[in-house]
Amino acid sequence: MTSALDRKLLRDLVRLWPQALAIALVMAAGVATLILGVGAHASLSETRAAYYERNRFSDVFASVTRAPERIAARIAEIDGVGAVETRVGKIALLDLSEMPEPASAIFVSLPDLGEQTLDLITLRSGRTPLPGATREVVVSEPFAQAHGYEIGSTFSAILNGVKRELTIVGTALSPEFVYALGPWDLMPDDRRFGVVWMSRAALAAAYDLEGAFSDLRVRLLRGASESAVIEEIDRILAPYGGEGAHGRKDQLSHAFLDAELTQLQAMSRILPPIFLVVAAFLVNMTLARLITLEREQIGLLKALGYSNLAVGMHYLKFVAAIALIGAALGSAAGTWLGTGLTRMYGDFFHFPFLIFQMSPSVYLVAVGVTLAAAIVGALKAATGVVRLAPAVAMTPPAPARYRRTLLDRLHAALRMPQSAVMTMRHLVRYPARSLGGLVGIALATSILVGSFWSFGSIEFMIDVTFQRSDRQDATITFVGEREASAVQEIARLPGVMAAEPYRSVPVKIRAANVERRAAITGKPDDPDLSRVLGSDLAPVHMPETGLALSDQLAAILRVETGDVVEVELMAGDRRTVTMPVAMVVEGYLGLMAYADIGTVNRLMREGALVSGVHLSLDETRREALFAELKAIPAASFVALQRVSLAKFRETLAQNLLTMVSIYAGLAAIIAFGVVYNFARISLSEQGRELASLRVLGFTKAEISWILLSELAILVLLAQPLGWLIGYGFAVAMAAGFESELYRVPLVVNREVYAWASLVVVGAALVSGLIVRRRIDRLDLIAVLKTRE
Amino acid sequence: MNVETPPPLVFRTRALAKVYRTGEVEVHALRGVDFEACAGEFVVLLGPSGSGKSTFLNIIGGLDRPTSGEAWFQDHDLSRSSDAALTAYRRDHVGFVFQFYNLVPSLSARENVRLVTEIARHPMRPEEALDIVGLGDRMDHFPAQLSGGEQQRVAIARAIAKRPEVLLCDEPTGALDSKTGVKVLDALTRVNESFGATTLVITHNAGIAAIAHRVVRFADGRIQAVETNAARLRPEEVTW
Ligand SMILES: Nc1ncnc2c1ncn2[C@@H]1O[C@H](COP(=O)(O)OP(=O)(O)OP(=O)(O)O)[C@@H](O)[C@H]1O
Ligand SMILES: [Mg+2]
Repeated sequence: MTSALDRKLLRDLVRLWPQALAIALVMAAGVATLILGVGAHASLSETRAAYYERNRFSDVFASVTRAPERIAARIAEIDGVGAVETRVGKIALLDLSEMPEPASAIFVSLPDLGEQTLDLITLRSGRTPLPGATREVVVSEPFAQAHGYEIGSTFSAILNGVKRELTIVGTALSPEFVYALGPWDLMPDDRRFGVVWMSRAALAAAYDLEGAFSDLRVRLLRGASESAVIEEIDRILAPYGGEGAHGRKDQLSHAFLDAELTQLQAMSRILPPIFLVVAAFLVNMTLARLITLEREQIGLLKALGYSNLAVGMHYLKFVAAIALIGAALGSAAGTWLGTGLTRMYGDFFHFPFLIFQMSPSVYLVAVGVTLAAAIVGALKAATGVVRLAPAVAMTPPAPARYRRTLLDRLHAALRMPQSAVMTMRHLVRYPARSLGGLVGIALATSILVGSFWSFGSIEFMIDVTFQRSDRQDATITFVGEREASAVQEIARLPGVMAAEPYRSVPVKIRAANVERRAAITGKPDDPDLSRVLGSDLAPVHMPETGLALSDQLAAILRVETGDVVEVELMAGDRRTVTMPVAMVVEGYLGLMAYADIGTVNRLMREGALVSGVHLSLDETRREALFAELKAIPAASFVALQRVSLAKFRETLAQNLLTMVSIYAGLAAIIAFGVVYNFARISLSEQGRELASLRVLGFTKAEISWILLSELAILVLLAQPLGWLIGYGFAVAMAAGFESELYRVPLVVNREVYAWASLVVVGAALVSGLIVRRRIDRLDLIAVLKTRE
Repeated sequence: MNVETPPPLVFRTRALAKVYRTGEVEVHALRGVDFEACAGEFVVLLGPSGSGKSTFLNIIGGLDRPTSGEAWFQDHDLSRSSDAALTAYRRDHVGFVFQFYNLVPSLSARENVRLVTEIARHPMRPEEALDIVGLGDRMDHFPAQLSGGEQQRVAIARAIAKRPEVLLCDEPTGALDSKTGVKVLDALTRVNESFGATTLVITHNAGIAAIAHRVVRFADGRIQAVETNAARLRPEEVTW
């Protein structure tokens, strides 16, 4: 048999179900955010680690023009080197009949004798090419899927200037191409860039690399010094046109994957704790108010002889019931969303398998924090009431000390109606409650700002990158360097309206003891297509001498305009020179260094050469141009910036949008929960007063306004505060997002604030309507029968 | 005043009935009440607890609707009025006084009265109303700073400030000692006399009946008896 007190508990829960549910939802949102954010990041990190380990992803990477195979043995002898694999790796244009725009692929050799030792591919279908087979290839699975290729499908490629027909015998995935990015592309585009594995003998023959290699992969022994090994490898490979070995940090796929995971981590490290704290605060505040409302009942229970403990336990159970519902809902939603998010990113990265890592400690923390917040809130309120003598508790909480204040002169001066005076006095009379409501609503706005801002920032980044900086329609990357005359040849192709050369040189830049790998990109004095922007986002001239460093690179090297940096050329004669920093420029992607193309050519002492050319195209003649480009032996890759942009947006839409939408949705739930509870509790507190006004002849609309104007004032006052706090969240998140690969500019535009406020105001309106409906049903007579 | 023409009827009910249904149980609060009251009349309603007095007063005050029967205020059919019409009726014509004063705690005495004068058609000044109930010197005090009797008098001031045609009081002295109760009754009779507001007062105190023109006794949801007082007493002459 349930005790009378427990029955009261159940009835209270049933009676207050919309409020109890709203509180539980706020808690659930806080719990879910933490679980999903931390869970998705942990799962993806774990998956990546396992993938790298199982497929023996290399630690050090190097490219050379041509090095004899025997060199590999010398490298294997370096201290700390565990395994070495040599191979041939080249980027080449493809000729795909079903696709007008040019596509490229990176061609990677597979050993003819024995198995791969490093960067193992995971075959997804078919088999590997037979040793020496010149036409058999394995292609990356996403590339095959993007083109609808199956085993037996054929396509053409221009290898070293010769067009060959290739047959697909298998599809595969590899840890080194998780993020398969073409040069000058921002997002992997599986249609325009793929990975093709071929027999070593066949690929070497195509590029005249028999008995030699162009790529070197090394796996280090545990505890080996990466930098020492790299230095040694560089020394050995220098005579063979080594461009400088590098670690995983500078491996394209790894670096991008890392940046994505860093972002995900920033999301899970910054947003969820904020959500959780906000939810906890709100739950604490709301429950405290709810229990204060029970004051008379508590007094009565005590008068009847219940002990403080019994009364306290009763309310603890009430709160615990709500908290447990919230925690259960939140854990379920968080697990579901976290798994979904992990799948989504897993698909995007083409991981061959996924490891779901939902650690129990996250659940414990999430549930524990919310539960504690709820119980502390309840206890605080309950002990306050329990401590009162029953007789005092049964009388209403003395609203006795309404005093005349300065505000009253204002009322008088403004000739405010008494109903407005009621609203104002009520707000001022309970400062803790009003302030709590204000802060609660402000926090709701702020987490929305914290969720929404990245959209605006990314739009801003896109605008800066594609409208102001990289305005070219296409970029052609040559195979090696070409004479400057190549630019004129390209400019004569159909549909080319303007051609602008660039020269790119791999370097190491040093200042004091900080060193970074980067590329110096040489551009014409006043570039028109691919422009460099100053910190005011206006295009700048290339400096006559010296370098223009992106602000991120300058910050990492801790240099300013006027300082000098040491530049070690990783091509040509590999001199080390010192160069002045002529200016610091804006850049969101990568560590960039720019110079005048003349400066770069003088530096390289190789005459006027170019690495590629940026184009502006006549859109109506695209097809004709593409047809020509596919056959140009000089080109290895054609980037199409407009296509890139579309892809960038599409991928963003998929990943970021999903992510942010989840957070925004949870934030909206929190916003609604806060505002609804605030309004509902105000109604409980003032219901009697409002009903007696109805008796006096006030209309429903009039008394609704008394209650809702209070809410409206708080909601409006809370907005600027919410924007401010939200901006703080955005600052924290932008800092968390930052990686050396890219930086998300902190742009919180007016739309972000407007949307955040709109959601909160919308939540307030809905809550207002619900409360309004309750006001309409106020029982006038019941009120008159009871004393206050 | 012309003695030949009787004062006009203000309230008229015919076969007024009210049934409360809670689940299976039906409670017949009123079982056919026929009642009339003229302008300026002072009527006291007596009757045992649960006999339907409050239910009756609430219906003619426009706070509730009958289950069947008719209730008229002048030419307003209260039993068939919409919610909005009832609200307007209360706002324009009725002054209420309840046992539990129902003042707004966040407003001072004067402001509580002003609450009504702001929405009334021909109100008196709040100060005037408070003077009538003898609280001219306590106008800026908040309810919590006033005694029960004083609060009740503020409630009366609030009820009369709109110059209502009818004043409906449900146990206005129920929570007061007799000395304070007298002050409240005195305020009520003065308002009744000076403004001619038809006044209905529910009480459990048979002694109070002596101050009325007419006494109506309720029992079991019906009017059991009506007595007219040949001679009325002044409030200060009754004690309980
Ligand atoms: N909301 C309600 N639901 C059910 N029954 C009700 C309700 N309100 C009143 N009643 C019943 O109607 C009957 C008349 O109630 P009413 O309040 O009119 O009595 P009363 O004469 O004013 O009594 P008292 O002198 O105790 O105030 C009572 O039996 C009461 O129980
Ligand atoms: Mg009654």
